[in-house]
Amino acid sequence: MKARSLPRPGTLLVYALLIGFMLFYLLPIYLMFITGLKSFAEVNLRTMWNLPAGIQFDNFAAALERLLPNLINSLTLTIPAAIISSILGSLNGYVLSKWKFRGANLIFTLVLFGMFIPYQSVLIPLVQFMQRLGLYGGIPGLILVHVIYGIPITTLIFRNYYASVPGEVMAAARIDGADFLGIYRYIMIPLSLPGFVVVIIWQFTNIWNEFLFAVVLTNPANWPITVALNNLAGSQIVEWNVQMAGALLAAIPTLIVYVLLGRYFIRGLMAGALKG
Amino acid sequence: MKSLKWISLLVLAGMLLAACAPAASPEGEAATGEVEVFSWWTAGGEADGLAAMQEVFSAEYPNLTFVNAAVAGGAGTNARAVLATRLSAGDPPSSWQGHAGQELIGTYVAAGQIEPLNDLYDQNGWLDVMPQTLIPLISQDGNIYSVPVNIHRANVMWYNPAVLEANGATVPATWDEFLTSAETLLANGVTPLAMGEQWTSMHLLETVLLGSLGADGYAGLWDGSTDWAGPEVTAALETFQQVLTYVNSDASTLSWDQAAQLVVDGDAAFTIMGDWADGFFVSLGLTPETDFGWAPAPGTDGLFQFLSDSFVLPVNAKNPEGAIAWLTVAGSKEGQEAFNPIKGSICARTDCDPALFDAYLQSAIADWNTDTVVGSLTHGVVANDAWKSEIDTALGLFLADGDVAAFQSALATACSSSGACQ
Amino acid sequence: MNTRQEKLLAFAFITPSIIAIGIFVYGFIGWSLRVSLSSWRGLLPDYTWAGLSNFIGLFQDRRFLIDIQNTLIFTIFFLAASLVIGLLLAILIDRIKWAGNLFRGVFLFPMAVSFIVTGVAWRWLMNPATGSRISGLNLLFDNLGLDFLINNWHTTAPPWGIAFVVIPAVWQMSGFTMALYLSGIQSIPAELRESAKMDGANEFQVFRYIILPLLNPVTLSAVIILGHISLKIFDLIVAMSGKDLRLDVPSIYMWTTTFDGNNFARGAAIGILMLLGVALLVVPYLIYTNRTEIDV
Repeated sequence: MKARSLPRPGTLLVYALLIGFMLFYLLPIYLMFITGLKSFAEVNLRTMWNLPAGIQFDNFAAALERLLPNLINSLTLTIPAAIISSILGSLNGYVLSKWKFRGANLIFTLVLFGMFIPYQSVLIPLVQFMQRLGLYGGIPGLILVHVIYGIPITTLIFRNYYASVPGEVMAAARIDGADFLGIYRYIMIPLSLPGFVVVIIWQFTNIWNEFLFAVVLTNPANWPITVALNNLAGSQIVEWNVQMAGALLAAIPTLIVYVLLGRYFIRGLMAGALKG
Repeated sequence: MKSLKWISLLVLAGMLLAACAPAASPEGEAATGEVEVFSWWTAGGEADGLAAMQEVFSAEYPNLTFVNAAVAGGAGTNARAVLATRLSAGDPPSSWQGHAGQELIGTYVAAGQIEPLNDLYDQNGWLDVMPQTLIPLISQDGNIYSVPVNIHRANVMWYNPAVLEANGATVPATWDEFLTSAETLLANGVTPLAMGEQWTSMHLLETVLLGSLGADGYAGLWDGSTDWAGPEVTAALETFQQVLTYVNSDASTLSWDQAAQLVVDGDAAFTIMGDWADGFFVSLGLTPETDFGWAPAPGTDGLFQFLSDSFVLPVNAKNPEGAIAWLTVAGSKEGQEAFNPIKGSICARTDCDPALFDAYLQSAIADWNTDTVVGSLTHGVVANDAWKSEIDTALGLFLADGDVAAFQSALATACSSSGACQ
Repeated sequence: MNTRQEKLLAFAFITPSIIAIGIFVYGFIGWSLRVSLSSWRGLLPDYTWAGLSNFIGLFQDRRFLIDIQNTLIFTIFFLAASLVIGLLLAILIDRIKWAGNLFRGVFLFPMAVSFIVTGVAWRWLMNPATGSRISGLNLLFDNLGLDFLINNWHTTAPPWGIAFVVIPAVWQMSGFTMALYLSGIQSIPAELRESAKMDGANEFQVFRYIILPLLNPVTLSAVIILGHISLKIFDLIVAMSGKDLRLDVPSIYMWTTTFDGNNFARGAAIGILMLLGVALLVVPYLIYTNRTEIDV
């Protein structure tokens, strides 16, 4: 545990820096928010810093009305996909970091390379393949696709995370008689919390915000919220006030996930492992 | 372990939820009577116009369900990508929106993806009400391939009367006149011409080409009779380059409506944009002729550079009878009168009631009936997607380096790769 | 169960992933390769053999060369800035006792907002107009008396315009880098730090010689993740640039040539070249890191 100490001048500096950064990070959000409160005629580059003439949440209400029908689609897509792909990544990472069978590193590199494939270049064969599988048009197919394309990055994060688990821990577990699954269950999983936090943050965000696969692989009835958000904009004259309001609303579920998972950034997990 | 149980419960719940989610919709909607219409009209006047036309459709065909599969994206860039994947999977919608002309013919007809509609035209007597100049542009080998819903005009110059008066400027009739008054405007701190991101510069280019080459010269560019490498085109491109020097320096960061906004805010004198700008100005609460004025782009008086949104009948369409029903409404007087005033365009048909339209659109209707008609490049009439894409790259490079000779040679190459030139 | 059997079991567990990646990544890359060697130019598939003409054409294509240059500049600045800022934020948050949750949430939030809307907001912020039409950050600087910061942002003449696009990208992604580093820092046993301090090391030395080396695996993950974002970046740049060629990157060229121009063969060739470029960079880095992996 960090020793409790009195606030030092250094701490003030740290807070000052953090607050400075916070302003940088919040500035565009502030812009989006006040634009979301403006009427269409008020949206103008010249007056973009001006506060809206009146506080009215019409745009947010209009955006909400158009986004809500697709919310359930996004939830049924993102929650299972994020969880499944993180479990899969954890298992893969465990195997590739602790059970170095011949070719493990090669397999890791080949799997990793999958991260770099641009989604737009696989659209056509993907659609044709999913059709052959009978999974074209609905959410389950989209879940499968996101789980598969999430394998490289989740495996990467977990593998490097587990790689830093000391060898003594494994050795001690084996002396106690634990086997492949046992070590995973009783040693790795308890240590994995920060890893799961990071991976679920990433996967949830990416799957929630992903547009291309979403619009191509599902029928209009199954469109996730990203398609509805894109459609808020309009093609010729874009109503940015409504669009920004909508974007902020669509980001809320992801923010909730960040806040909930943030509590699990627990310190000193490794400390317990060494002591034990 | 507690957390393991919790996680597995979540996964189970998730899978249950996913199983309850609607499954992929079955093929062959003839029994259920769904008509899936694909467009990029998702918001604003476009969506409202579509909704109005849909109401006409539902009233006339109460047994058919309209499924709006619109996907937003400027000029349909997202919608066309989705359409391409659906066509590759053999899953076309009942109908889709496309720009009449080579954008449809050069892409979809060439791939055998859409059906000729001559029978439909005969049944509905459309050949009598659709403009004669339009029909050849949406046909190939005598087959008509789409039902145009509206007409937009590309070669319109919008201006702020107050700015012109304050600076003693008049609406230029030729580009030379524009260049002369541009100097005065610039000296007074007014941007002569407001322009936006890259596609608006292609829009500007096509009006400059039309203004310099005239109707025949311009039309000749697209069938090989005008030489892209010749001196007339060089002169037009040099004019274009000169015009660009009077454009706002932050053009690439503005959308077309933000550029148009410069005009109504008094920061710029002119902007060249299609007549959807009228709908934009009106939505800001501005009065036509008082707060904003319009004229044909310099050098193009008497010429109507048009574009048209139209609907097609796909080969193996979902619910072909329903698709035909939709096309019938799209081409009907009722449907077009419902759609166009709201969308901010004029009917493709010549018999719509002018009283339904606002001040600008009424003048457009008058011009449409008398002017010589040529097609727009930026909006898919005269060149197919591949050719237009090559022109776009050449234009982008020109905007970056200003090399007219390289630009012209790239344009000539684009023409020959498209097959229209030798 | 002996070790060999266990290794077989381990391999069995990873087999479904291998098969899935085999089909969905390598199978489709194979399709893409086939298309890139063909003359498919239209909606109908056309696999007529065209050899390497698409690839040769790309290397003679001015637009593609601009793309490569932009990608290199963007990637270098993006990686450097994200890593440094992410690490800095992680260190700062690690040291405070209050409001850690709040700061973490604020820094992560940008990642949750759609890239397209982010791009537009930053496009407005980075508007380069001066004089009576000044707006965005330039206006802010002007009001704060920071006139020397006013500049042309992403409309700066090539090749540096693209470097400014790094700012919104870092804004969006450095929070995640911070999260990666935070989870890494907080996994370092406190005992290590304490014993180092007892040996007389000051804060900086503890950081440089204990913490930083132990974060190497995290840096590796971060570099690869940020790198893959950088190479595939699309929505943000389109939203900011409106497909301006001066800010063109391979993914935009691939999109416009495939879906706006129906030239599938050239689009596939661009995709293959992007992957080859990645392979050239990533593989050696992985080999190097595998050899120097720290086994605590």
